[in-house]
Amino acid sequence: MTVTDLVSYEDALATYDPVMGLEVHVELGTNTKMFCGCSTALGADANSQTCPTCLGLPGSLPVVNATGVESAVKIGLALNCSIAEWCRFARKNYFYPDMPKNFQTSQYDEPIAFDGYLDVQLEDGEIFRVHIERAHMEEDTGKSTHIGGATGRIHGARHSLLDYNRAGIPLIEIVTKPIEGAGERAPEVAKAYVAELRELIKALDVSEARMEQGQMRCDVNLSLRPKGTEKFGTRSETKNVNSLRSVERAARFEIQRHAAVLSSGGTIIQETRHFHEEDGSTTSGRIKEEAEDYRYFPEPDLVPVAPSREWVEELRAALPELPRVRRNRLREEWGISAHDMQSILNAGAVDLITATVDAGADSASARKWWMGELARRANEDGIELAALPITPEQVARVAALVADGSLNDKLARQTIEGVLAGEGDPDTVVEKRGLKVVSDEGALGTAVDEAIAANAAIADKIRGGKVAAAGALVGAVMKATRGQADAARVRELILEKLGVEG
Amino acid sequence: MADLIKLTAAEIAAKIAAGEVTAVEVTEAHLARIEAVDEKVHAFLHVDREGALAQARAVDEKKARGEKLGPLAGVPLALKDIFTTEGIPTTVGSKILEGWLPPYDATLTKKLKAADVVILGKTNMDEFAMGSSTENSAYGPTGNPWDLTKIPGGSGGGSSAALASYEAPLAIGTDTGGSIRQPASVTGTVGVKPTYGGVSRYGMVAFSSSLDQGGPCARTVLDAALLHEVIAGHDPLDSTSIDAPVPPVVEAARNGSVEGMRVGVVKQFRGEGYQAGVIQRFDESVALLKELGAEIVELDCPSFDLALSAYYLIAPSECSSNLARFDAMRYGLRVGDDGSKSAEDVTALTREAGFGPEVKRRIMLGTYALSSGYYDAYYGSAQKVRTLITRDFEKAFEQVDVIVSPTTPTTAFPIGERADDPMAMYLADLCTIPTNLAGNAAMSLPCGLAPEDGMPVGLQIIAPAMADDRLYKVGAAVEAAFTAAWGHPLLEEAPAL
Amino acid sequence: MPGITREEVAHLARLARLELKAEELDHFAGQLDDIIGAVARVSEVADQDVPPTSHPLPLTNVMRPDEVRPSLTPEQALSGAPAQEQQRFKVPQILGEE
Ligand SMILES: [Mg+2]
Ligand SMILES: [Zn+2]
Repeated sequence: MTVTDLVSYEDALATYDPVMGLEVHVELGTNTKMFCGCSTALGADANSQTCPTCLGLPGSLPVVNATGVESAVKIGLALNCSIAEWCRFARKNYFYPDMPKNFQTSQYDEPIAFDGYLDVQLEDGEIFRVHIERAHMEEDTGKSTHIGGATGRIHGARHSLLDYNRAGIPLIEIVTKPIEGAGERAPEVAKAYVAELRELIKALDVSEARMEQGQMRCDVNLSLRPKGTEKFGTRSETKNVNSLRSVERAARFEIQRHAAVLSSGGTIIQETRHFHEEDGSTTSGRIKEEAEDYRYFPEPDLVPVAPSREWVEELRAALPELPRVRRNRLREEWGISAHDMQSILNAGAVDLITATVDAGADSASARKWWMGELARRANEDGIELAALPITPEQVARVAALVADGSLNDKLARQTIEGVLAGEGDPDTVVEKRGLKVVSDEGALGTAVDEAIAANAAIADKIRGGKVAAAGALVGAVMKATRGQADAARVRELILEKLGVEG
Repeated sequence: MADLIKLTAAEIAAKIAAGEVTAVEVTEAHLARIEAVDEKVHAFLHVDREGALAQARAVDEKKARGEKLGPLAGVPLALKDIFTTEGIPTTVGSKILEGWLPPYDATLTKKLKAADVVILGKTNMDEFAMGSSTENSAYGPTGNPWDLTKIPGGSGGGSSAALASYEAPLAIGTDTGGSIRQPASVTGTVGVKPTYGGVSRYGMVAFSSSLDQGGPCARTVLDAALLHEVIAGHDPLDSTSIDAPVPPVVEAARNGSVEGMRVGVVKQFRGEGYQAGVIQRFDESVALLKELGAEIVELDCPSFDLALSAYYLIAPSECSSNLARFDAMRYGLRVGDDGSKSAEDVTALTREAGFGPEVKRRIMLGTYALSSGYYDAYYGSAQKVRTLITRDFEKAFEQVDVIVSPTTPTTAFPIGERADDPMAMYLADLCTIPTNLAGNAAMSLPCGLAPEDGMPVGLQIIAPAMADDRLYKVGAAVEAAFTAAWGHPLLEEAPAL
Repeated sequence: MPGITREEVAHLARLARLELKAEELDHFAGQLDDIIGAVARVSEVADQDVPPTSHPLPLTNVMRPDEVRPSLTPEQALSGAPAQEQQRFKVPQILGEE
């Protein structure tokens, strides 16, 4: 692999104008596969969720999953698309061992949803409209494990093992129109679009859209054209970029790489590229020497889908509040900036905070815990916030204990740590670890007296009016009570005993 | 028990129900017949002796328990080797599936079993149902029981030969461009292609999905109707299956008549390439229909002239995609896997070794027709032709109740004669193909022997979609009149094997 | 219509994953050329304003409820596999994509 000399991002954008196309595949959360009744549950034994149809056995036939179609229409409506009055499935023919029939049942020139848009909000609150070309139904492939090469990589592998449990799981492919005019914000737009789309999918309850589990995968197509020109440049297609951060990094890297190639008089080859999490780079994949000939034709084993207008309107009427609208409502309710809201969205914390507020916490403390301590922990563990072993109810309980003075911040953090460690719910952790704030006035009074006696010089300064010095005595008392005292109350007691006004 | 094999399915079922004979006796008689003649005929690729006897015993036990038996209970049947049978070899006449034991039964197989029909085994066929002579079977050709040096038709030559050689009174075929009717025609038997969607395709190995249709084969029109009723009906596992009651085919077969019917004769179904004896017997059939009270109407269906061309684009296109799954990864043959070759190479080597020339030819033809740049001219145009043919049929059926034609332009030709001349072979389906393209129903039944070679000629009856019962009503009337005129069923004129 | 060349046949064979022998390429080139020459007649209707028929029956919206049905057992699923390992289909090395 040759190292690509990149042009600085600023220099790239000074000369070129990026055009992006984003293709997102979403695995639907249906009970069964798109064309057969096999379960889609995760974690099953290899090849235990297969049947003649999803194995492509001779003689087998597909039948469309009604919920798959309904989900596709919902997604289309939420993306402001037109819904086809009549459309067909098509076969996309190419050979690949993880695809049992050696064609993918997909849609070609008659997608179920087309011509829509999604408004995405950037960090500074600006709204950028991403136009949607189409959303269509198709099916996932099986999973291959490569044996004999370096840790599961395809290159150098001697053979591969195939598990078809995932083959046939419903996919919705959502393709944008070329995204123009984003300029230097193109990577940010890409990330915000995928984030918004993920929220939308979750709000529609058609998929959990967990990128780290491959339930949502993004291909980033990018090209540059000299500023002020119209014609698109040659694009690269960076496949399977599987986190929001990676989407942004991939777009950024490709802008810099394309600029480097173009500036040095080179030409961009149309090719697929692979994104590398480790360093945010992309490397060359398969070169498309000739336009791939998928020999699409209408799937003769499936009849056309013709969603009635009545049904489409029913689905439209039942759409949930769209995430951006909801977020703006929440942002006002919570009284925070657009930037803070964007951070919350990017952290995948909107629903968690809402649920914590619903469980009784005030929004400020709900935000504080999820975006502070818990976000830090999730980041450390490399998992999504929602995957932490703590519930919004438990966070709300911690917030309540802080509010009523039973815990201070430090103890609350320890309580959360205990919950995350599996020691039980917050009350159990407080009980077992003995984390209650010392609120026994007698015990506290004694501790204060002892601290005053041991720090006579400081006590004198305070008596002399240097109230700020009280902090040192508070520290001493906290130390003596192993942090289990309410610091505010301790300060009050000290000032009281020394006869000064706080 | 020798005469058991000459009985019709209806007669066998009646005798079993009456306790005059057991299902096991009937099955044994047919197994013995297979043993005696199939070495010569080669109708079967696999005989399931044990399975057949077990099914027969179950019927006899049912009878002994006093349970009511279905109309075909205990009747033996020869199943085309294109339907999956759980645990029983299913090869589709191809090396690429040699030894494959499907883990599931086709819907049709299930229906046969549920009706207590005794499945004797799997019959020979052109590989993947591509052919009109059964010479394309990877397992060797089948002989025509009328003259073993001649073809029994195809692709379902095994099924038609099994009937004509009295190895089975019932058989199943599949018809993509004539593969039930043309074999029936050249062996002097009866074959029906039901309306597309009438019989489930689930478990029927696909050749051309939008054309394929399974159907009944028998020696009499009534037997075909009885079998039709068993195998037809809606199947939720087949999206293209018709969700409506099966037309009353048995009732129609029991009440044959053409009195007052309008019968169409299409001008495009004669001319160059038609054997004189075939035309002669066909013209006699038309005269007979008139005599029986039908009104004959001349029809012009100009788009039929394009049917063969459209067919040889659509069927290969769909087959190129349907047969892509035979890639040596999950089942079937694997060639060249020596540890150094890629999956891609192993797939290509396996397909090269596992498919015969006709299959390769059609896969490449279809790959070509679907290629970008050619799609509109070929596949797209072929689908337009399909619309035009459907319209011609619609117009025709405004004027007539059924259409008749020769089933195939010639009688059985000698094995080997057209083996490496695909275009000549394709002409065998000239009259049968329009029906597949439009999706409506058709039957072939014997209408005599061609004077020049003494081989059977078939009369094709075509009905509108969903009006399969008309085939049987007309077919039964014609069959009765001819049998009366000949003094016996035509098949009795076949030489002894 | 253009004649089908040997190279075109080779290209089709690659697309269709058929490792054709040299003599087959020649043989098929001639035959495919004949067949295509004959069936190309259909393009007579290419310009006609006629809707194409992809399905012989005018059915629409055939769907099944999203309810789990029994799958095959892994043993059944793998019963025809040319090779297997760890309850998976064992296949030769896969080229290309990573
Ligand atoms: Mg896709
Ligand atoms: Zn399945």
